[in-house]
Amino acid sequence: MTARFGLSAVVACLILGLAGAAQAAKDDLVIGITQFPSTFHPSIDAMAAKSYVLAMTRRPFTTFDAHWKLVCLLCTELPAIENGLAKPERTPDGKRGIAVTYTIRPDAFWGDGVPVTTKDVLFTWEVGRNPKSGLTNIELYRSLYKVDAADDKTFTLHFDKLSFDYAAINDFDLLPAHVEKAPFANPAEYRHRTAFDTDTLNEGLYLGPYVIAEVKAGSHVVLEPNPRWWGPKPHFRRIVARVIENTAALEANLLSGSIDMIAGELGLTLDQALALEKRQGGRFAFLYKPSLVYEHVDLNLDNPILADKRVRHALIHALDREAISKQLFAGRQPVAHTSVNPLDEVYADDVPRYPYDPKRAVQLLAEAGWDRTRNGIRSNAKGEPLTLEIITTAGNRTRELVQQVLQSQWRQVGIDVRIRNQPARVMFGQSVTQRQFPGMAMYAWMSSPENVPRTTLHSAHIPSPANGYSGQNYPGFRDAEMDDLIDRIEVELDFEKRKALWRRLQEIYVEELPAIPLFFRADAFVLPRWLKGVEPTGHQYPTTLWVENWHPG
Amino acid sequence: MARFLLHRLWQSLLVLAVMSFVIYGLMGLMPGDPIDLMISSNPNVTSEDAARLRSLYGLDKPIVERYGNWLQAALSGDLGYSRAYARPVPEVLAPALVNTLWLLGSTLVLSILIALPVGILAAARPYSRLDYTVNLLAFAGISVPVFWLGLLLIMVFAVMLGVLPAGGTGAIGDAGWWERLRYLILPVATLTLASVGGHTRYVRSAMIEVLRQDYIRMARAKGVGRNRVLFRHALRNALIPVVTVLALDFGFLFSGALVTETIFAYPGMGKMIFDAIMGNDFNLALVALLFATLLTLAGNLLADLAYAWLDPRISYR
Repeated sequence: MTARFGLSAVVACLILGLAGAAQAAKDDLVIGITQFPSTFHPSIDAMAAKSYVLAMTRRPFTTFDAHWKLVCLLCTELPAIENGLAKPERTPDGKRGIAVTYTIRPDAFWGDGVPVTTKDVLFTWEVGRNPKSGLTNIELYRSLYKVDAADDKTFTLHFDKLSFDYAAINDFDLLPAHVEKAPFANPAEYRHRTAFDTDTLNEGLYLGPYVIAEVKAGSHVVLEPNPRWWGPKPHFRRIVARVIENTAALEANLLSGSIDMIAGELGLTLDQALALEKRQGGRFAFLYKPSLVYEHVDLNLDNPILADKRVRHALIHALDREAISKQLFAGRQPVAHTSVNPLDEVYADDVPRYPYDPKRAVQLLAEAGWDRTRNGIRSNAKGEPLTLEIITTAGNRTRELVQQVLQSQWRQVGIDVRIRNQPARVMFGQSVTQRQFPGMAMYAWMSSPENVPRTTLHSAHIPSPANGYSGQNYPGFRDAEMDDLIDRIEVELDFEKRKALWRRLQEIYVEELPAIPLFFRADAFVLPRWLKGVEPTGHQYPTTLWVENWHPG
Repeated sequence: MARFLLHRLWQSLLVLAVMSFVIYGLMGLMPGDPIDLMISSNPNVTSEDAARLRSLYGLDKPIVERYGNWLQAALSGDLGYSRAYARPVPEVLAPALVNTLWLLGSTLVLSILIALPVGILAAARPYSRLDYTVNLLAFAGISVPVFWLGLLLIMVFAVMLGVLPAGGTGAIGDAGWWERLRYLILPVATLTLASVGGHTRYVRSAMIEVLRQDYIRMARAKGVGRNRVLFRHALRNALIPVVTVLALDFGFLFSGALVTETIFAYPGMGKMIFDAIMGNDFNLALVALLFATLLTLAGNLLADLAYAWLDPRISYR
């Protein structure tokens, strides 16, 4: 009896002790994310996890806000031709260019107290222009051929092309010259020596509301307030981004209180969040934001069956995308009618749409010569069955689920669709990028507001052995008018005129249908009910860019 | 013995050299490269960017040339940089290795500590109620999928009871040893429950086999006590096949446990090797796999030496 009592007491103490240790303070916020940043350098390797964490520690000159409007964060005023801060000019070799002037916020300091100046701007430009520095996306630096510093805070960027988005320098990620100059002494080694990875806790690398205080590779990143931050004082004395790659484990960690919230940008899939909301809706707040992640099915136009526009139209008429959205995603994931999101200013809502109309699909297939039916599968005069293959990323549960519904709906109009899914690295490493998918490929594009689809729709960007498989026009879409529209949209400064061009672009997209639009993916944010101020953006610039507004309610 | 050891060392080096080429070649044969993955969802990365990055990372060179360059650098002590972690490979490898050693080392020790007595007990009374119960539990442990067991333990101890953390390797900052230990309890329990059944079965069947031998019958006939027969006469011989299994587990110790590490967000070798292969992180995957190979070879060598200790009739030339 005594022994049993003793044992029970020990177990009870152990449980209470363990439970006590598991309590978390409320001025700490633990965020669950599914990926660990491969580097902390803002311009090397584009990665959602890195953007998410760094957005709490850094501020870009410009970015898109939650309403998809371009705003200044590190600059004092957005340059425009109207306010005289942007001036069209000719480049030395006679091309149409533009000079854009920005002023750095006078109260902007790096975390170690060094003021942010035009020296940092000039250094960042030098790094960006150097092909050996290992930066991932240097499109901006290719076009930026000169930088003039008027004083410590004012500088002018000279671009060798005049495009409508001249004021957006979102990808100009400022580097601290006083910290990074030494590692950049040998540009070819810069990517290995950058202080962002060799001295990540150096406060001089950061200029946002938080600095990185602890990093445990593969496990977590700890952020603490930046004493030199110029904006509103952030509420949390510590934010932890904890990495849990398995979404079932992520959910269990949320329920156990090990994490406070799950990031929308890098967390649960929509169906998982909806299921969690049904079970635990009372405990957490759920925010759903349709994003610029465009889920679609690329059609290989070299396939003789898909080369026929009537078959492409039949494919989309056979799909009840609204019902799929309602049944699988509780209507939270809006149906895409073109590649342009309805929340985008250039979206044209009067462009024709394809309603669910299986009868029309059957009629179109018959017109295209697929007028015989054997065992429920259509065939042509030669007796060839109407069979197509579809690939998507194996293991992506949501896509595989949607894919099965698509297969079943196509089967109802006599189209035999075979699923041949592949791991992401095979699909994006070869099948899609080298256009080796015989029929259809289902995946997503991530973009920003008013993103011109040059690499995905211009005929000069069709990957082929001749161009070393460069470009991302994977369907192999060729349309002279589309090429012309893309060229014109990029340089049209008048918004109304540009909007008309965008409208025509969407008309062609819908008529020619190089891809079947499915949905705009919705990000699911699972937040504690006490947390206020989180405003999902729905684009590639994460919610954490405004982390100083997060606070307990 | 020295000649035997030298011979095994030479064999091991040869295996490592062949393995390095095979692993490098197989990874090179996989479709795509890191740059393809980098641009797969980002239409803003231009073809010029992709070509520039391929050249910068040396991915535009033939695989044999890349392997040659790697080998030359490795022999001079430079194991290269991990592309996925942007740090030298040993710096990435070391913490993952330590984590894995804690996780799988504890599992192996616990599993042996449980399997040995339970297996011996079951073998001592074959086909008894105890034996059937042990077998039932052992098969249950072997059959239950690790991911399911892991999630179940998380739900019970982290979500329902709230007494243990659901995942990770430790609290933030400099936590004490107890705090760190708490994070090990659930993953170690999961792996131990999954592996102890197999080990118990090995011990049991090896013991039953030995207990049928004539010399055991002779010892019993001479009136030697039950425990002395079991532990002095039978166990030592029964351990030879068990040691073989443990030697194989020794290599597994360092290659990690992918599923468990993923479920418990535990940054160990298994997850790291998997990510390195899927992300085409050549240097990291290669060194990690070679390290696992080396330790498997070392484990087998230790097993060979243990055979001689367990059975003096075995000698090496």
